[in-house]
Amino acid sequence: MRVVVVQFPGTNCEFDTRYAFERLGAKVEILWHKEREIPQGSDLVVLPGGFSYGDYLRSGAIARFSPIMEGVRRFAQKGGYVLGICNGFQILLESHLLPGAMKRNANLHFISKFHHIKVLHNDNKFLSKTRKGEILYIPIAHAEGNYYVDDEELKRMHERGQILLQYCDAKGEYANPNGSLEAIAGICNEQKNVFGLMPHPERACEPLLGSDDGLRMLQGFLD
Amino acid sequence: MRAVVNIHLKQGVLDPQGKAVHHALGSLGFHSPQEVRVGKQILLELREGLSHEEALEEVRQMCERLLANTVIEEYQIEILP
Repeated sequence: MRVVVVQFPGTNCEFDTRYAFERLGAKVEILWHKEREIPQGSDLVVLPGGFSYGDYLRSGAIARFSPIMEGVRRFAQKGGYVLGICNGFQILLESHLLPGAMKRNANLHFISKFHHIKVLHNDNKFLSKTRKGEILYIPIAHAEGNYYVDDEELKRMHERGQILLQYCDAKGEYANPNGSLEAIAGICNEQKNVFGLMPHPERACEPLLGSDDGLRMLQGFLD
Repeated sequence: MRAVVNIHLKQGVLDPQGKAVHHALGSLGFHSPQEVRVGKQILLELREGLSHEEALEEVRQMCERLLANTVIEEYQIEILP
């Protein structure tokens, strides 16, 4: 299993992400955004969290035009698996590799805390090691995680099972930290090979640090 | 030649910043605003020699590709001499 973690100027979760995948036994390469191609033989490309280009203009708006993003697009078009975490998710939205857009959190605060999230669908590579309806405990850390998509697209996404993760409380009841439409925390594309989520599974890989639920999420990619 | 681009969240997309500013204005005693929307303005100094139409078209493409996210935002362009 070979994982490529893309590093943009301002990325800050690349080493945590490498740690998490190495812990699962994957070979991990950190790739600078000026590269043009995803290396042959890669199984998964991760766009990690951080503040690419200082979040200038809009989160992810400038990173989207980094040379590597054409390579990521080609990789995804050939069916390769792509995972965007937090700022990586924002970059995938700006690239139109995933539908929708992010707004400022409804309370305008940067939110950094553990949150519960519910698995809505596990019939995909990413969440194949979790159970449908399972409640995971994963940190979030973002100022722009207020997901928006228009009604028509939202309906299509529901029909195709693209809404994968939803914020909730410990009992699985509705809870919405950032104002996201339907408390959406994570989605995928129609082909179910491009995934994006705001929570940070790579920060939930050690029970000592509060949770290792993130490992089971990432593990899905390792089969 | 100068272009002024104003970018706002689309009507119908809830604007969290506008809502907070509206609330703050109310607590200062300003009750006339029915709604407040916060946007951003981008000023572009363009090279001389472009026609008005050429400048407008080029800035429109800049908005579509980078300056605005048309999933949630709308923009207006003003070309000044």
